[in-house]
Amino acid sequence: MGWNNKVLRVNLSTGSMSVEPLRMDWARDYLGQRGLATKYLVEETDPKVDPLSPDNKMIMTTGPLTGTEASTSGRYSVVTKGPLTNAIACSNSGGFFGAELKYAGWDMIIFEGRSPKPVYLSIVDDKAELLDAAEIWGKSVWETEHWVHKKHHDPLVRVATIGAGAEKGVLYAAIVNDLHRAAGRSGVGAVMGSKNLKAVVVRGTIGMNKVKDPVAFHAASEAAKKVLADNAVTGAGLPKYGTQVLMNVINEIGAMPTRNWREVQFEGASAISGEAMYEPRQSDGKPNLVRNGACFGCTIACGRISTIDPTHFSVQGEGKERYKHASGGLEYEAAWALGSDTGIDDLDALTYANFLCNEHGLDPISFGATVAAAMELYEVGALTKEQTGGIEFKFGNAEALCKAAELTGKGEGFGLELGLGSRRLCEKYGHPEFSMTVKSQEFPAYDARGIQGMGLTYATSNRGACHLRSYTVASEVLGIPVKTDPLVTDGKPELVKAFQDATAVVDSTGLCVFTTFAWTLADFQPQIQAACEGDWSMDKLNEVGERIWNLERQYNLDAGLTAADDTLPKRLLTEAAKTGPAAGRVNDLGKMMPVYYELRGWTADGKLKPETRKRLGV
Amino acid sequence: MQRSLYIDPQKCTGCLQCEMACSYENEQAFNPSKSRIKVFAFHEEGRFVPYTCTQCAEAWCLHACPVEAITKNPATGAMEVNEKTCVGCKVCTIACPFGTVNYNTATGKVIKCDLCQGDPACAKACPTGAITYVDSSWTGLDKMRAWAAKANTAA
Amino acid sequence: MIHRYVIVGAGPAGVIAAETLRTTDPDADITLIGDEPERPYSRMAIPYLLIEKIGEEGTHLRKGNDHYDSKGIRVLRDRVEKVDAKTKRLTLKSGGAMDYDKLLVCTGSRAVRPPVPGFDLPGVHTCWTLEDARNIARLAEKGAKVVLVGAGFVGCIVLEALALRGVDLTVLEMGDRMVPRMMSPIAGGLIKSWCEKKGVRVITSTRVTGITENGGLMNKLVNTLTGKPTRALKVTLNTGETLDADLVVSAAGVAPNIEFLQGCGLEIERGILIDHYMQTNVPDIYAAGDVAQGRDFSTGGLEVHAIQPTASEHGRTAGLNMAGVPTYYRGSFNMNVLDTLGLISSSFGLWMGVEGGDRVEMCEPDRFRYLQLQFDGDIMVGATSLGLTQHVGVLRGLIQGKVPLGPWKAKLMDDPTRIMEAYLACNFAARVAPKAA
Repeated sequence: MGWNNKVLRVNLSTGSMSVEPLRMDWARDYLGQRGLATKYLVEETDPKVDPLSPDNKMIMTTGPLTGTEASTSGRYSVVTKGPLTNAIACSNSGGFFGAELKYAGWDMIIFEGRSPKPVYLSIVDDKAELLDAAEIWGKSVWETEHWVHKKHHDPLVRVATIGAGAEKGVLYAAIVNDLHRAAGRSGVGAVMGSKNLKAVVVRGTIGMNKVKDPVAFHAASEAAKKVLADNAVTGAGLPKYGTQVLMNVINEIGAMPTRNWREVQFEGASAISGEAMYEPRQSDGKPNLVRNGACFGCTIACGRISTIDPTHFSVQGEGKERYKHASGGLEYEAAWALGSDTGIDDLDALTYANFLCNEHGLDPISFGATVAAAMELYEVGALTKEQTGGIEFKFGNAEALCKAAELTGKGEGFGLELGLGSRRLCEKYGHPEFSMTVKSQEFPAYDARGIQGMGLTYATSNRGACHLRSYTVASEVLGIPVKTDPLVTDGKPELVKAFQDATAVVDSTGLCVFTTFAWTLADFQPQIQAACEGDWSMDKLNEVGERIWNLERQYNLDAGLTAADDTLPKRLLTEAAKTGPAAGRVNDLGKMMPVYYELRGWTADGKLKPETRKRLGV
Repeated sequence: MQRSLYIDPQKCTGCLQCEMACSYENEQAFNPSKSRIKVFAFHEEGRFVPYTCTQCAEAWCLHACPVEAITKNPATGAMEVNEKTCVGCKVCTIACPFGTVNYNTATGKVIKCDLCQGDPACAKACPTGAITYVDSSWTGLDKMRAWAAKANTAA
Repeated sequence: MIHRYVIVGAGPAGVIAAETLRTTDPDADITLIGDEPERPYSRMAIPYLLIEKIGEEGTHLRKGNDHYDSKGIRVLRDRVEKVDAKTKRLTLKSGGAMDYDKLLVCTGSRAVRPPVPGFDLPGVHTCWTLEDARNIARLAEKGAKVVLVGAGFVGCIVLEALALRGVDLTVLEMGDRMVPRMMSPIAGGLIKSWCEKKGVRVITSTRVTGITENGGLMNKLVNTLTGKPTRALKVTLNTGETLDADLVVSAAGVAPNIEFLQGCGLEIERGILIDHYMQTNVPDIYAAGDVAQGRDFSTGGLEVHAIQPTASEHGRTAGLNMAGVPTYYRGSFNMNVLDTLGLISSSFGLWMGVEGGDRVEMCEPDRFRYLQLQFDGDIMVGATSLGLTQHVGVLRGLIQGKVPLGPWKAKLMDDPTRIMEAYLACNFAARVAPKAA
């Protein structure tokens, strides 16, 4: 089996820890990672819990294929109730931390309570200890990682940590591992901060040899790797340009949200695109991109490793030395949020802001989108220079973005207000309609007027606005697995449901959803079947995906969310796109939602019908 | 024809498939900590450098072994550790100036690259061609060995 | 003309020299003389014999039964009583004599017992030869009370073996810490507390003032009546404390085996002085291994480095030079690796540092992690480590390669655990540096 069958339960309030077997009866129904951890959360906590209270739990979990030779096997997830959304939060991260946790012999860590003082959890194989974090409390992600390596005398200890912003309640604070990979969305870092848990550091030397049928597994993973290598997106586009391959594509189809979604095409898109990252700059003749880098086990290697122009304003002055080295570069969502959404076309400023998001543990999507909202508030006069501490939040102002990242990252000054996210910020300053969010979580980089299916994706996503719950962009724009018209709503509910269920399975395996540019569930299935005990037919996997989705939904309903939360901001429903192929269009959510509810086996007010609950056992 | 591992760091993305393949081949578990090949990440430079034994002509490890547990495989040219003979004294780990012989605390023996009897798993697993198994005369290995001799002349 | 090479001493240096001679001078007449009854074996392996990880054959330097025959190396079990350098003739204990064209002395050293009353009693053993090992194995049964005198390198190796046999062990060391000649004060102290944690009593800064037999009738009677076992020996310390013991193992120092060389005119200090070619001051006599005091790579002075790699390098270099292939030896490199009940330590080069040099020391006592690096300018000259098992050899590479560290010195001063990165970056700079656009 792909599991270690070993869970670490950490009670931070008492400092006690216990080891327990993984609930294999649940694993049979929920596979692992996202699905299984959600089941644990649902069983063990009250959905109405205050996300930042000791009664909330935070689960760090690997999947059954994490740490295997399957491509992209470095994934782990953090499952908890999110403080940004007050809904289920499940954030998935790559890097090397997840596999290391698996190699230390664990599947999952469940954190309960709140430590009376800052601590960090150290795991070396089967030995787990809570250690004093006084020296690193208030430190950045990068400082913490460096401190841990020195303290533990081991450059290979893998570190997942929060920055100072998370400690101070930035609601979209991320948990960053391996310097620049993040469980980024929904504020899982804020939950960790509320527990006085600074970091989890892991060294695993036990390894993993629990794949059920190693010969079949090797064959299946080799075949699947070949599919990735032969595919134009995963074999060529992503390695070369990363997700930034999308910047020009999405802009051209008029689905590039610009200046807080007032427009749908950004005149500066090409300047901040994947292609631009290859352009040698004037100052030193070097391009922004140093090379591509992989997460653990990944044969795609979409990660960007970038440098900032050493003459750029953002890296001048004292204490800026650390930004003059290579680090995690812009991915599409970050480039969009920090750039297009704020109207900034300065690639180096975006790279700097992205470095800061990594350094301090911020979700760059929510951060950039909140800055964009602040800019709209500022431009209409609802937010003044006095209130922002002197920063001029004008669209296109790169200095403002950089300053905002510094303040929010450290949880200082106006940064604390930006740290509340756009919904709370816009409400505070009297313009809730400027908040481009669903369930209080900021949108990612695809305009739902130009890609209709994404409107339904956002509105129904269990963790608030998100592209990674059903990436219909694949079908509507890239033609994967089949091309559908992005401006049409017919068939989109079916498409969204299918993507949602399939993605829930993918997120429960330990592998990366980016493989789905090339893989369908049929490519996962033989790998899961060979790795895990039991029957994992396609039918079973589809059912598991649907079950996970419905379990998350039920959690949200029990948490107090209703069908009224399955909607989009007015701007997307009433203000038509001005330019591009989608000019004149709004998102026709109203056409799609009833069909979707019906398909899901939900009532008209978005609740699970009894027969649905029974069929799925939710 | 003697063949060698040729490593081109420019092509390495740091995915560690080589470490998984190596450990699985040798330890029957995915366990990078027991891999004979290691990828070193240079974050500040954005570089990944796979690194393993070059099966150097000096064979410091072989000469330092007090019980003849390390011998040269005439077919592959690899210096191989005989698990049964190795007593775990670790002298080879300090004798090898390249740091490519490691002590395995789990078994009480040392481990090093043995070229998988002429079919290295790391090269097969590498998705980018950063690790290849090629004709020795082609690898620039001689250059590395010359450097090694210059840097570490003892005998 | 067929050269007659005689090698006195059948340890690693002797065996490797003989093999090198055979390869380099195929027609030569090669004799290897050893005075122990066994086939040439490695003392390094004795601790593993004691814990029964290997059998006696596992200690043999070369495994094939006909190894020496097949190479045409005559192995003689005998003892050289006298060397006449003028006539180039050896006198053997068995009565005969033997002429040589070139002679290699690699007789190593022997354990010496402290000049303290009682160290010659039965039940007090050194731990040096296979014969010693057999004696110790006989007495060091599970639960036996054992006192180990000396916690230097050899003492610590024996310590591990004794502890693993399940004896009730007390270790005495005159120095203020364990392995004082290999480990810095902090590291030596950590090894001590590690051993104590593992149930070994360690007493430092203490000497034995005498050992007596516990055999008095009265004593035995009392013990029998009170149900206590009678221990054979009583060890008295300078603190006044006494320790009962079934076995005392003496690991309190060694001396070179050079007595038979009296009258040869060899220059001898702590060992036989040799030059860069393993040659002594007497023509056609070479020396190698523990008995030789040769060039120290780090200091340039003459030192005895009683370690396996030095013996091996000495043996090989001596063989080449004796066979007429002038081979310059830069000097032996002081290094050691030790496993003390699972805590692995190592030291390299000038670990105690050089005047005017920089030093970085990182210590995490709770997890028994320690790393110390010594620099002279931007060159690393020495290192000490605890708990380091991966890539430890690069410490040798960096130090012996005299690799200029450049910017990596500052990085190592900040975080010394990055030695492997420093090594790669400095040696393969072109490979690591970013590609120019």
